[in-house]
Amino acid sequence: MEKRVTFKGIWLPLLLVLPQILITAIFFFYPAGQAIWQSLFIPDPFGLSMQWVGLGNFEYLLSDRYYRASFVTTAIFSILVTVVSMGVALYLAILADRLIKGSGTYRTLLIWPYAVAPAVAGVLWLFMFNTRVGVVTWYLGLLGYDWNHVLNEGEAMGLVVVASAWGRISYNFLFFLAGLQAIPRSVIEAAAIDGAHFWTRFRTIVWPLLSPTTFFLLVVNIIYAFFETFGVIHTITSGGPQQATTILVYKVYSDGFVGQDLGSSAAQSVILLVIVSLLTVIQFKYIERRVHY
Amino acid sequence: MAEQTGMVEKRGAGLWLTHLGLIIGVAFIFFPIWLAFVASTVSQPEIVRPPMPLLPGDQFFENYSKALTAGINAPVALMLGNSLFMALGIAIGKIAISLLSAFAIVYFKFPGKKLFFWLIFLTLMLPVEVRIVPTYEVIANFGMLNSYQGLILPLIASATATFLFRQFFMTVPDELAEAARVDGAGPMRFFFDILLPMSRTNIAALFVILFIYGWNQYLWPLLITTDPSMNTIVMGIKQMFPSGDDIADWPVIMATSILAMIPPVIVVVGMQKLFIRGLVESEK
Repeated sequence: MEKRVTFKGIWLPLLLVLPQILITAIFFFYPAGQAIWQSLFIPDPFGLSMQWVGLGNFEYLLSDRYYRASFVTTAIFSILVTVVSMGVALYLAILADRLIKGSGTYRTLLIWPYAVAPAVAGVLWLFMFNTRVGVVTWYLGLLGYDWNHVLNEGEAMGLVVVASAWGRISYNFLFFLAGLQAIPRSVIEAAAIDGAHFWTRFRTIVWPLLSPTTFFLLVVNIIYAFFETFGVIHTITSGGPQQATTILVYKVYSDGFVGQDLGSSAAQSVILLVIVSLLTVIQFKYIERRVHY
Repeated sequence: MAEQTGMVEKRGAGLWLTHLGLIIGVAFIFFPIWLAFVASTVSQPEIVRPPMPLLPGDQFFENYSKALTAGINAPVALMLGNSLFMALGIAIGKIAISLLSAFAIVYFKFPGKKLFFWLIFLTLMLPVEVRIVPTYEVIANFGMLNSYQGLILPLIASATATFLFRQFFMTVPDELAEAARVDGAGPMRFFFDILLPMSRTNIAALFVILFIYGWNQYLWPLLITTDPSMNTIVMGIKQMFPSGDDIADWPVIMATSILAMIPPVIVVVGMQKLFIRGLVESEK
């Protein structure tokens, strides 16, 4: 698509794009290129020279037990976060959509946790489940359950999943509610007149019409779980216990900055880059389809 | 929307059940924040001897003034200032450079335009988390560790906003630019007098989203602000936990958590319409 009317000049537009070009080149393309370049080398222990290893870093990573475990952890974590946050949000949106009055009030009450940073959400949940002072831990103890996410891998995973999903409910709720309200009332009422009960209507009309929203949210939530939950994991578990909550992004950080293994960290960045590109392509493909139809 | 009364909405007992379900949901969302607020108003001994009270205590002013003026590593008032500066810098900086380049892409023909457009498109894909190590090296080489430039610049190096403004400029009627040209107005005059005022709502909506994005950054400030006086509030909270086995100063930490939430929550609730619009636009 091109504008029919354009202004003349070559230097002015170049000047206008210059700030963005400079910033993107220095802080985006150069580092991204460096990540790809560094992934082909191993630096010596003193950081003085680099040794070319080709795809050696990748071969090593893919055969590394811990890296493969991190892949599985990330998959489990992302699926759980996506399912929990979308499930709760859909349930609340369906309820709010049934109201004639007041859905706006509930929307206001439900959307603001979007503003709470993942790292702050992590601190809040850590406080509730703290092994020494946590309120929930204490009441669980009364019920005879000994909560300890510092030692128990399953409990650690559960806690980071809930803390990550909690802040995400707002976002999903907003999109689900908008999707539900866009479904014509007349269609649903016609089905109701024909005697279709709530579940039948939901299964045969609402769910299919809502599927574009659901698909969109699926991709966006997976991207969120992959990249934006670092703060939750760093504040609650620091990847532990025994790396049970070390997702891929956390591993890039811990290998690169804590472990100073630059070659491996760069190779991990490149793998993440491929994953996020794939997700983005899926998303664009889908948007394209929606535009055509 | 709900202007008409249909037959599928709930009335009577069903209506109450619907409200009950929603209230349980709201309570689930609010509970962690309520607890944090209660913890920020009681004294440390009340917390370390569980269970902590579930209603606010009388230490509100003590805890908040201790957090704001002394904090643990750095006064929280200072961290709030850093966060505000960073969030504003990211929002304003990104909007400014994106408006200019989107204007150039849409309203001019210049060599390299196609290439430029595709380069911008590429940046839509890569979050900063993926390229942290090399970006850190760039910032260190520029001597920008512990500086506002270091906090802000890498986070505005993406083209989401450019893309958005380009989409919007394409919908602006051609007649406006034509009229401006006939009247002898130069391109920059057209930009400032016509295009910018027309983009007001889009700019505001994007501002809300970017402000929250900037405010809530965690990993990046964690890496490049080693000096406590440069910490932002969101990353500073974690630094307040003692290493080892000491007991954390929970009332002060929770007061800081509440303070960290207030500015972005005010933005979201106060500008709800713009916020929703911004979310929907930026995901299109």
